[in-house]
Amino acid sequence: MSGMANEMKIGAYICNGCGIGDRLDSAQLESTAKRDGKAAICQQHDFLCSEAGVNMIQHDIDNEGVNRVVIAACSRRAKTDAFNFQNVALVRTNLREGVIWVRPDTDDQQETTQEMADDYIRMGCAEAKYAKPPAPSGEQSVNKNILIAGGGVSGMKAALEASRAGYPCTIVEKTGALGGATAQLYKKIPTKAPYADPEDTGVAEMIAAVEADSNITVYLNSTLTNTAGAPGRFAADITTESGSTETKDFGAIVQASGFSPYDASKLPEFAYGKNKDVVTQMELEALAKAANGGPIKRPSDGKEVSSVLFIQCAGQRSKKEGHLEHCSGYCCSASIKQAMYFKDQNADIETTVLFTDLRTPGAGGENFYRSGQNKGVSFRKGIASEVVDGANPTVKFKDLILDEDMSEEVDLVVLATGMVPNAGQPTRAQLTDQDNEDMASEKAGEEVEIRIDVESILNLDYRQGKDVPHMDNGFADSHFICFPYETQRTGIYTAGPVRRPMDSQQAMEDAVGAAMKAIGAAENSGLGRAQHPRVGDLSFPTFRKEGCTQCKRCTVECPFGAINEDEKGYPIYNESRCRRCGTCMGACPVRVISFENYSIDTVGQQLKAVDMPDEFSEKPRILVLACENDAYPALDMAAQNKLEYSAFTRIIPVRCLGSVSLSWITDSLNSGFDGIILMGCPSGDDYQCHFVKGSGTAQERMGKVGDTLQSLSLEQERVQTYEISITDIHKVPKIINDMVDTIEQIGMSPFKF
Amino acid sequence: MSDINTGMVEKYRNNFLKEVEANVEEGDWVKMCMQCGVCSGSCPMGPYWDHPPQELFMMIRAGKRDEVLTSTSMWMCTSCYNCIVRCPRELPITHIMHGLAHYATRLGIEPKGQPTRQFAQLFWDNLAKNGRVNELWLGVNLYFMNGLVEGIKVAMGMAGIGFGMLKAGRLSLKELVGGHTVKDKKGFKAMIKKAQELEAARIDNAQ
Repeated sequence: MSGMANEMKIGAYICNGCGIGDRLDSAQLESTAKRDGKAAICQQHDFLCSEAGVNMIQHDIDNEGVNRVVIAACSRRAKTDAFNFQNVALVRTNLREGVIWVRPDTDDQQETTQEMADDYIRMGCAEAKYAKPPAPSGEQSVNKNILIAGGGVSGMKAALEASRAGYPCTIVEKTGALGGATAQLYKKIPTKAPYADPEDTGVAEMIAAVEADSNITVYLNSTLTNTAGAPGRFAADITTESGSTETKDFGAIVQASGFSPYDASKLPEFAYGKNKDVVTQMELEALAKAANGGPIKRPSDGKEVSSVLFIQCAGQRSKKEGHLEHCSGYCCSASIKQAMYFKDQNADIETTVLFTDLRTPGAGGENFYRSGQNKGVSFRKGIASEVVDGANPTVKFKDLILDEDMSEEVDLVVLATGMVPNAGQPTRAQLTDQDNEDMASEKAGEEVEIRIDVESILNLDYRQGKDVPHMDNGFADSHFICFPYETQRTGIYTAGPVRRPMDSQQAMEDAVGAAMKAIGAAENSGLGRAQHPRVGDLSFPTFRKEGCTQCKRCTVECPFGAINEDEKGYPIYNESRCRRCGTCMGACPVRVISFENYSIDTVGQQLKAVDMPDEFSEKPRILVLACENDAYPALDMAAQNKLEYSAFTRIIPVRCLGSVSLSWITDSLNSGFDGIILMGCPSGDDYQCHFVKGSGTAQERMGKVGDTLQSLSLEQERVQTYEISITDIHKVPKIINDMVDTIEQIGMSPFKF
Repeated sequence: MSDINTGMVEKYRNNFLKEVEANVEEGDWVKMCMQCGVCSGSCPMGPYWDHPPQELFMMIRAGKRDEVLTSTSMWMCTSCYNCIVRCPRELPITHIMHGLAHYATRLGIEPKGQPTRQFAQLFWDNLAKNGRVNELWLGVNLYFMNGLVEGIKVAMGMAGIGFGMLKAGRLSLKELVGGHTVKDKKGFKAMIKKAQELEAARIDNAQ
C-alpha cells in the first residue's frame, strides 16, 4: 500500500466512448469533477476500458498518489475486469446505462440529461471522498482442514472429494459405523443406463476408500459438543461416547447429517405397529437383506410373501397434523426398486404400487418406472384410506381412475414414509411463541436454556442458535435454487437430505458441490475475502465503540449470525462469518457501523451532493436506492433495452435494502428530494433476497418512515418501497415515471434550500 | 355365453391382464400405460366413450373382464391415430382398441346392435367376398341394416346424392351383379381361410 494512503486524493476519469462523449459535454463534466467534486486529477479518455485508458489510471495511482478512483463511464456491472485496481477505493459513476441510454437524444432534453450526468459526477466524487480502500483484517490465516458432520454417503463423498483436492478432512459420525442410511439398503435405485435393475449400493467400497485415505480422519461414536469461531478458524469439540473431548481447528464445515425416517407410528390408520405385516420401506430393506436374493419372508409368521402392496405418500404430502407437507422425492423410485426385489425373485408375486402421483426424478427415473411396468409391477392411481388388521392386512383405497372404493388383501403392506431432515435445532427466530415468552425473561439478564427436544448437530457457539437456520419443512438451506449448499451461516455448507429430500446418488452429487464450497470458504476467509455472494470483497463492518449504545439490534438483525456480543453487550464482528450485506449498518440507530467503502457517509454524502433546483424550477428530484443484486441489474437492462425514465432520477446502488439507514431517508427528505423509491428483492416465504432477510427487514423498518413524513408534514406517497426481481426490466422505468407523475400531482417538496 | 368364453374365464381365472396379454393384439402393452390420460384427451370421439382408453387399461389391470369386453367403448374408435401419435409411452392404442373389439367378437360377447360394430361386420363381409369393397352393395346393406321400411326411407333420402354419383361415374350400376374383384380371387379366399385357421388355432391353443 502506498505510504500516502491516509491522504485522500481523488482521481476522476471520464470516458467518452460508447457515445458518452457525443451526448454529454465532457468539458463541463470535467470542471464539475474538479470544482464540485474536489477531484485533484481529472482526465478524459475516448476508450477508458482499453489498455491505454486503464494504464492512464494506473499511472496516476502509481505516480500521483491517487487513492480514490472515480470511473465515470459505464455501469459498475460492466468492465469489472478492466477497472480492477488494487489498494484504492474504487467508485463507478454510471453515465452510460444510468444516463445516455435512458434519455432520448433530442435537443430539448439535452439540458436535463447533462444535469443528470453532472449530478452523478458530484455523487461519485462525494462517495470517493468518504470511501477508504478496503484491506483484509488479518483476523485469520488459511486453515485447510475441513470438518464433515456425518459419515453417510454424503459425508464420505465430501471427504473423498475434498481430500483429492488436497484438503485434510475429519468426519465426525454419531453412530459406530460409516455408511449412514445407504448402508441399511439391500440395493439402491440404479444410477447407470439402462436403469432397469436395482444396483449394488457401493457403500462397502466407499468405506474402504475413506479408511484407506490418510488425509481423512474418522471419529466414530462421536458428536460435536461445541463449535466456536468463524470460517477459517472454527474450533470444534469432538466428544466421543465415552466422554473424552478433543478440540480441533477447521477452515470450513460440511454438514451432512442426513435424515431420519418419518415415524410411522404416527399412522395408526395404516395399522402400523398393530399388524406386523405392515412395514416401512426401511424395514423392508432389512427383510430383503435377510432374504439376500431368496424369497422375502414376512415378519408375522415367516411366510414367503406372495402379494405385496406399497402405499405411496404415507404421512407425506399432506397438511394433516403430524404429517410431512413435502414430497420426499425418492420414495416412488424406492418402491419400484423394492417391488423388483420380489418380481426378480419370483415373477408370480403380486406387487402393487398405490400412488397418487408417481414421481421418479433423475435421469433414469422414467426408464426405471418403465422397467418396473415391464417386470409386471402393477401401478394403481389411488388413495389408501385404511389398512384393516387381520391375518392378512387388507388395504382399503379409492381408485382414482375407476372412481371406485376398493380393497385388496395382501401378505405384506409397505408404507412409503418420507424423510425428516436431521437439521438440529431451530434458531431463536424460528421458535414458537411459547419459547419466545420463556426467553423474554432473558432481558432481565437471566439466561434461559431453550427447551427443544431436538439434539443439536453442530452446537454452534453463536448468539443466534446452535444450528444453521431451517427453511420450510425443517430443511437446512439458504435458497436451494439460487444458492445450493449455502446455509445461513457462512463457511458451513449442507449436503444431502439435510438440505432437501433426495436419494443417495443425488446426495453424493450434492456432497461434491458442498465440498467445493467449503474449500472456497477456507481459502477466502484465510485471505479476508468474502465467499458469497460478494465474492472477493475485502471490506467488512467495524463500529465506533464510543458511540455504541449496546442495543444489540445489529446482532439480532444480522441474517447470518455473524455478530456475537462481548460480556458488556458490545458487538463482536466475526469478519469471515460476514457476507458484507450491511444489514447491521442499516439497523444501527446511532449510525456507528460502517464498512471501509460503504458507510452512512458514502451514501449520505452522495445524496447531499445532488444539485437541488428550487421549488419553482419544475425540476423535481427522485432518489432511487436500488439493491445491487436484482434491482440495479434490472435498471441496467432497462437501459440496454433503451427504455426511458425521467431525467429527474438519481440512482444510488445499495448492497442490500437491509443496509439502508433511515437517516438516508430523513436526510434526503430534508435536503429537498421530492420522492424516494426503494427497490429491493422479494421478501417473505419465497424470498429472493441474496442476504435472506435483508429486504424483509428493510420492509419492516420502512414502516416507520410514515412517522418521519408526518413530522415533516409531507405526503406518504413520497416514499415508496418496491420488490423487484431481476426480470422486472419493464417494470422499473414505469415505477420511476409513475413517481414523477405522483410528484406532479402532489407538488414539489417544500424542503429545498 | 360361448364355450370359448367360459374356457378363457376358466383358464385365466382372475388374471384378466394375462388373458389380454396372451390373446389381444398388442395386449402386452397394456401394463405400460402410465395413466396420464393424453389418449383420452386427444380422442375426437372421447365424449362418447363410456370408458376412454386409459380407463380401459386400468379396468383390465383391475380385472374388470365383463365390463371391458362387453363395453361399446373400443367400438367407438375411428382409427384416427391421434392417441398413438401422442402417447408419451408409445403404446399402440388404436391397435389395442381394435384388438379388444376383435377378441370380444371371437368370444361372442361383443355388444349386440352397436352400430359401428354392425358396420364393421358389413364392411368385412362385403370385402371378404371379392377382395374389393363393393360400394354399391355396402351402401344398400347399410341402408337396410335396420329393416326394410327404414331402409327405403334412408335410400329415398339419399337418392339425390346417389344419382349425382352415378352421373359423375363415382358409382356404377354394374356393381349390382357380381362387381369387381381382385385378380386372384381364389388365392385371396385361400389366404383368408388360412388366416382364420391360424387365428382359431391360437385361441384354441390358449384354451
